[in-house]
Amino acid sequence: MELILEGIKKAIWLLVTFDPEVLGITWLSLKVSGLATFFSLFIGISLGTVVALARFPGRRLVVSLINTGMGVPPVVVGLFVTIFLWRNGPLGFFELLYTPTAIILAQAVIATPIVAGISLASIQKLPEALRLQILALGATRVQMVWMLIREARLPLLAAVMAGFGGVISEVGASIMVGGNIKGYTRVLTTATVMETGKGNFDIAIALGVILLIFTFCINAILTGIQQRERPR
Amino acid sequence: MKRNWTRILVVALVAMGLMTGLTFPAFAAPAQKNLILATTTSTQDSGLLDVLIPIFEKKTGYFVKTIAVGSGQAMAMGQKGEADVLLVHSPAAEKKFIADGFGIDRLIVMHNDFIIVGPPSDPAGVKGMKSAPEAVRQIAAKGALFLSRGDNSGTHAKEKDLWKKAGVNPEGQKFYQQTGLGMGQTLNVAAEKKGYTLADRGTYLSLKKNLGMDILVEGDKTLLNIYHVIVVNPEKFPKVNAPAARAYADFVVSKDVQALIGKFGVDKYGSPLFFPDAGKPDND
Repeated sequence: MELILEGIKKAIWLLVTFDPEVLGITWLSLKVSGLATFFSLFIGISLGTVVALARFPGRRLVVSLINTGMGVPPVVVGLFVTIFLWRNGPLGFFELLYTPTAIILAQAVIATPIVAGISLASIQKLPEALRLQILALGATRVQMVWMLIREARLPLLAAVMAGFGGVISEVGASIMVGGNIKGYTRVLTTATVMETGKGNFDIAIALGVILLIFTFCINAILTGIQQRERPR
Repeated sequence: MKRNWTRILVVALVAMGLMTGLTFPAFAAPAQKNLILATTTSTQDSGLLDVLIPIFEKKTGYFVKTIAVGSGQAMAMGQKGEADVLLVHSPAAEKKFIADGFGIDRLIVMHNDFIIVGPPSDPAGVKGMKSAPEAVRQIAAKGALFLSRGDNSGTHAKEKDLWKKAGVNPEGQKFYQQTGLGMGQTLNVAAEKKGYTLADRGTYLSLKKNLGMDILVEGDKTLLNIYHVIVVNPEKFPKVNAPAARAYADFVVSKDVQALIGKFGVDKYGSPLFFPDAGKPDND
């Protein structure tokens, strides 16, 4: 117990004294996971919407695959991304392994099925009649899809939160493709693992607390946006 | 109100997009500047690399990507040409690595030693024993819990060597458990379960305050822990950054750096964590 209090004290101390290393790690975490979520939104929402609205053979299989993808362990994604990015691997010429870009890539792969799965469910839940009505009012297909996405925005914001929460708390892929390089690819979760290994439990707890503080703030902002419109 | 929501999101997304372009200079960094150093966790966990790497980077202008894994994994990376230089401590595997043509220029860097640690109550009664193989044989005979790294690291290789010398095959036996974790975590598991384990002295010293474990066997010649630097063979893997790898190898065996290694840890633990060895006769 004492250790936890010690860790919380340390977290506050590190934050109020603007410890440059901890700030750098925190900023990198937010940036990398924010960008990964951003890219996963494009692909995930598009994919989810298409699968929700289209009818084609094998659709059930695709839905099952997306739902399975929501639960794929990050470390498995990390392993495959590593193999692809190896300098003697298929994408080796990009020289991306052990860079922040590699972490963004891996995290985007992790978040995309989460976003796609929630988008799929929320668009599909909209009443069929709404779609017909929008089309009947003379909207083009693109306008119709846009209207549907806007209509499903509350659950879609949940998708953003789930995706972001999934990747910022993830450690397996980040450590594999990023390498936990000091001042370059060290993020909050990989630093926590390393400090635990070093026996610096107070710093490890402090990093964990900082991670919680920032994810809470971001989720609070997103929830604020989501809930603002409720009483229409 | 409705418009606002979309606008906030679009602005936020665009801002994030711009940030990528502006804040990742690494996109433009020349590939030849990067040096991938695959090394064992003990060099990172002890903090030694945090001292050495910045000096090397400043001196040479290379950017070092330190990947701290077990010695086994570090050599596996070398065998695929995915690392430029290795700093490892698993002599038998290293010799095979060189013989198979994956590495060149294997140089001795430093040593410290392994120790057998366990609960102060010492249920197997090995405290003070002079021979490490005999100590593990006694642990096995008494059926006292022994925690193995089980991760092909240098420490794990040394431990397997001890069992072989003791003439005991611990695999699958009840007293023998493998964590598959790093040294620090394995020490914590051993402390929680009141078991024995083999550890490098540096990691044990840095974790000592929270562990409640004692050094029971030390000083046996077989417990020597030797670190070598190896340049990955650029003829086998053209993408290996050989000039940088050579520069790094030369750097760690240089006189100044060797002196730094010898002093490292003295202020914190009262004794050095590593003893410099460059240029000494190398039998291993």
